[in-house]
Amino acid sequence: MAKLHVSTTINGEPAEFLCEPGDTMLDALRGPLGLTGSKEGCASGDCGACSITLDDRLVCSCLMLAAEAEGAQLRTIEGMAKGEKLHPLQQKFLEMAALQCGICTSGMLVASEALLQKNPRPSEEEVRFWLAGNLCRCTGYDKIVRAVLETAADMREAAQ
Amino acid sequence: MDIRYLSPGTLDEAIKAFAAAGSAARILAGGTDLLVQMRSGAVRPGLIVDIKKIAEMTTIEETADGGFRVGAAVPGAVLAEHGRFGKVWPGVLEAVNLIGSTQVQGRASAGGNLCNGSPAGDSVPAMIAAGAIATVQGPNGRREMPVEKVPAGPGRTHLLPGEILVSFSLPPRPPGSGDAYLRMIPRTEMDIAVVGCGVSLTLENGICTAARVGLGAVAPTVLLVEAAAKALIGGKLDDAALNAAASACSAACRPIDDKRGTIAYRTKIAGVLLKRTVAIAARRAGGN
Repeated sequence: MAKLHVSTTINGEPAEFLCEPGDTMLDALRGPLGLTGSKEGCASGDCGACSITLDDRLVCSCLMLAAEAEGAQLRTIEGMAKGEKLHPLQQKFLEMAALQCGICTSGMLVASEALLQKNPRPSEEEVRFWLAGNLCRCTGYDKIVRAVLETAADMREAAQ
Repeated sequence: MDIRYLSPGTLDEAIKAFAAAGSAARILAGGTDLLVQMRSGAVRPGLIVDIKKIAEMTTIEETADGGFRVGAAVPGAVLAEHGRFGKVWPGVLEAVNLIGSTQVQGRASAGGNLCNGSPAGDSVPAMIAAGAIATVQGPNGRREMPVEKVPAGPGRTHLLPGEILVSFSLPPRPPGSGDAYLRMIPRTEMDIAVVGCGVSLTLENGICTAARVGLGAVAPTVLLVEAAAKALIGGKLDDAALNAAASACSAACRPIDDKRGTIAYRTKIAGVLLKRTVAIAARRAGGN
């Protein structure tokens, strides 16, 4: 069986790759595309470490076939910083030590960015609920939640 | 074995390919069950038919009579963003939105939840309570079946070979109607129902004139509990009616014993959830 040729857009740039029909998007990102920021934790949609957005919708790339990327707009953690300039969430995660081992961090950041785009003023409960599909075994979540809330406040202030 | 992947733009093409491939073919909507099953080796499809390029499967339509037609592949997050659906069917929406995480909600659909055939699928009791009708289409044409007629057992449905679930039709709502879904889980979220209960009812001057009850995770399939509805209809929702309906729910249970709950626990909880779910549905009915 010949491989599938997929044309897509990743972080605003056109991208093409070859994949097996049964490959997940995470397989394609970490394999032929060389974008290893998205992590494989569980490979069954439970941990969120592989979170990306597909046409602006937060998804687990392990629960999406690579073939489904045809014609779609994907965003990954690699598109979050603008060159050397970190996204405010990335900066805040560093400042507030909202990570330890780092495996969950790219998924946490991608998911948090999707939340703040949809809801610039989330309550703590809304942050915790939104991130319930992103597992972290190090931090106990509190630093992550506080970093997201502080970033949201900073971004609201900056937007005024 | 090689896998083939197709993403046809029309239902006719999808059915033709799906039917021709026989039992080795799988339908891909959100993939939140299918990809997990493929990963674990439980399913090795020869053909994957992605139905998300078919407009009818991915759209929500409010019909002229005030009903809704929801495409089988509409993700939970999209249903939640619809301006009207959650106002008319808050119970169906809360049931669909209980499935998995934010990431899963971006993909998972009520159609997939039904076709996955789990007795614990959260959207199914609410759809059954709502009186939703499933439209399915196969090589021999299109037919409609009440949602409660679709599940056949764990992992199995009454869809015929080559048939694809196309959409759900929800009926127009009379004034004074409300619905609700509650599930019992030992955690606060992100778990599989120990018992799930969907209720839809209509109140006129405090009298319950119509009711439907769906129960999940207490039998090999999600159940329509007609005896519970009968106990609610025709009078006020007083303690006697609620106790009779709760007993009917417990009597309908044929659960399994497993790590999530014992037979005795599930049977008791079915009655408890019925009362709580009716209370929410009745409050919502009062607001309409």
